[in-house]
Amino acid sequence: MSSVMANNKTTNKAANKMITQKGFAIDLKTWGPFVALVALGLLGVLINPAFLGLDNLSNMLTRSAFIGIIAIGATFVITAGGLDLSVGAMAAFIAGVMIILMNSLVEQFGAGWTTILLGIGASLLLGICAGFINGIVTTKGKIEAFIVTLGTMGIYRSLVTYLSDGGTLTLDWAVRDIYRPVYYGSFLGITIPVWVFLAVAVIGYILLNYTRFGRYCFAIGSNEKVAEYSAIHVDRVKTLTYMLQGVCVALATIIYVPRLGSASGATGVLWELEAIAAVIIGGTMLKGGHGRIWGTVVGAIMLTMIGNILNLTDAISNYLNGTVQGIIIIVAVYLQRASWRKTGP
Amino acid sequence: MLLSARKLCRSFGENQVLFNVDLDLQTGEVHALLGENGAGKSTLVKILAGYLRPTSGEVLVEGSQRHYRSSGEAEADGVVMIHQELALAEQLSVEENIFLGRELRRGLFLDRRAMRERSRAALAELETHVDPSARVKDLSTSDQQMVEIAKAITRDVRVLIMDEPTATLTENEVSVLFALIDRLRQRGVAILYISHKLREIEQIADHVTVLRDGHLVDSGPMAGRSKEELARLMVGREITEMYPPRTRLPDDAPVVLEVRHMVVPGAVKHASFTLRRGEVMGFGGIVGAGRTALIEAVLGLRRKSAGQVLRNGQPVVMRHLRDAVHQRIAYLTEDRKGKGLVLNMDLRSNVTLLNLRAHCHPLIDRRREEQAFQQAVERFDIRLRTAARTVAQLSGGNQQKLLLAKVMSIDPEIVIINEPTRGIDVGTKHQIYHFIRELTDSGCSVILISSEMGELIGLSHRVAVMCAGVLTGVLEGEQINEEEIMQYASGIKGVGGDEQRHG
Repeated sequence: MSSVMANNKTTNKAANKMITQKGFAIDLKTWGPFVALVALGLLGVLINPAFLGLDNLSNMLTRSAFIGIIAIGATFVITAGGLDLSVGAMAAFIAGVMIILMNSLVEQFGAGWTTILLGIGASLLLGICAGFINGIVTTKGKIEAFIVTLGTMGIYRSLVTYLSDGGTLTLDWAVRDIYRPVYYGSFLGITIPVWVFLAVAVIGYILLNYTRFGRYCFAIGSNEKVAEYSAIHVDRVKTLTYMLQGVCVALATIIYVPRLGSASGATGVLWELEAIAAVIIGGTMLKGGHGRIWGTVVGAIMLTMIGNILNLTDAISNYLNGTVQGIIIIVAVYLQRASWRKTGP
Repeated sequence: MLLSARKLCRSFGENQVLFNVDLDLQTGEVHALLGENGAGKSTLVKILAGYLRPTSGEVLVEGSQRHYRSSGEAEADGVVMIHQELALAEQLSVEENIFLGRELRRGLFLDRRAMRERSRAALAELETHVDPSARVKDLSTSDQQMVEIAKAITRDVRVLIMDEPTATLTENEVSVLFALIDRLRQRGVAILYISHKLREIEQIADHVTVLRDGHLVDSGPMAGRSKEELARLMVGREITEMYPPRTRLPDDAPVVLEVRHMVVPGAVKHASFTLRRGEVMGFGGIVGAGRTALIEAVLGLRRKSAGQVLRNGQPVVMRHLRDAVHQRIAYLTEDRKGKGLVLNMDLRSNVTLLNLRAHCHPLIDRRREEQAFQQAVERFDIRLRTAARTVAQLSGGNQQKLLLAKVMSIDPEIVIINEPTRGIDVGTKHQIYHFIRELTDSGCSVILISSEMGELIGLSHRVAVMCAGVLTGVLEGEQINEEEIMQYASGIKGVGGDEQRHG
């Protein structure tokens, strides 16, 4: 045990304490993402004190909510040994259908909450269906999740382009005015998207750690055969993870639509990769069997924070956002693997 | 003498598995090597084929001593072994496999044409229809075996070692293989043939050697030796005091489980049996006889094409293991690490995984879960080293107890145990035997699948024996002895047809 502690490069005292109390090392694997987040925050303050401004922080968290909510869904999928590449395209497709539906409902119900609630309902329904399709094709068709969701990604992406006729779908102005507060409004000084993000994270945490469903995700992701021999309905649980992912995408879309009031073929591009990146930075293993909701939340915030910090400084071009994100992802995973090697079997 | 072994000994750590074994192989003979699981057959042939080195003793080829450091060196001498699990690259073609690792080249490039020609010649010599350009994945098991043999022939094989070649073959495929062995014999190849199936050995062997517990107990020409005699020689030791006495069964013990006319595609052709309350029903037979497939089909883990299951006299349908759990049937898999336990999960979660419902109201109550785990640790005497957090860090015996704790968490009335003592130490074996006795004392019924004869005989009230997918017989009382089981397991007695007519 002492050698593990000696090798432990993290300065986090809490981590060391956990090791001695519980008798096993959780060091970087658990606390790494949080340490990195704090470090990145400190860097932000050093670069520009405006970083800590309330407006800036609020703005940053609000922006991270989209990816964050989707990434929480992805945490379940990945923990259970799956993968969903279709989420970005799915979000664009749902946004497109939602806008078309609400625009057409305006004639019947007028520009009011009825129209918006129907749009929201349709969005959730679409998300669940899309997830169900991903899940059922993966499990019953016995096709790799990568391939299935690569396929559905292409389908949704082209469908939204088709619906918008290659251009942009725009939400009715009157509806947009009413819907606007869902993105721009706030409650107790915290914006609505952040509240939703928080709620999804809390529910996700409970689901993953305190329900049979969550435990089964871990078991399936670790070893599907063992799960089968433990009387777990493997296909059912896996399909449910994709459906949960669909719901998360729908929720993210619901708060995304009032932001711009439009959708096009360029909506949600690369969101799937950002979501997966957030999950991986957070310490969930890509091959499944180990997932952490709070890590994912931190990962999503970190990704947005990088862009934000680059915005606040002239030292590095904003165009290098992707470069910095890429480096951080690789370093984060390297550190986790390094600690895994020391403590693992 | 083509290939000889003189006073070969081999130990693994402190455990000696071969004791002064001699063996002589002549050109053009089929030499059968017999013995129970763990008798040392595999160790012996691995030494001959260069996969293992002897602790002492000599290997001679045509009278001169050899010290093989790798299987490649043995192959250079023409000594080739075909493995029990075929070792072919599935996605490559037949010819690519035949020349794998020793490709013919022309300058920098592969000489595909020459390789194809030589592959075709080798396959033609074996009189098979296998296409050299076919992918190995698409071939049947027997054709794959032909490819293995073709691979050996292109290496100018002089001694061919076959480890249980018929374990995965159908009857037809077996006769094809035997015809091939015959042709190889005529070419002057010496064949060392390992098998449990006495009937086959009687059919093809010229010479036979029997090993028991690492010692050579008999060697000589097959002519003049009977199957029954060989079976006795293979097992011929008394069962020790390892096993607790059986629970006394009342005459009117009700039947708790009945399986009728079960058929599992590709594994079980016909099987029917009953299980009574408080009874231990042993399942004997060689690996691949269909015992595991039968039980898994009963439990809903495998698809069956026909058959009926009755629980307490009522027909039940079990399509998923969860249905079996509802019927209070627990299953202890033989594959602890692959199917039984999640190696990188903590111990507590492993124990409660099967019956997690009991700890959900509706959220998982971690405190209760921990209590259940602690109780299990005590009940099953799981010895936890302080550092062990995941299953992978436990010893085999403790893993087995953990698995036992896991399946017992559903409080079953029927416990099906598959190879309960594989790879575990004697002390834990003893504990598991006594645990089985406790189970039957408390009114549970047990199905025990085991490849260890001693276990079957020492623990079972009755023993069902399977051979090649057919339940060939159910032995009772005095009938339960090693020779009898061996005869049913190798298909000498109780041919499947009789069973089907009566059943």
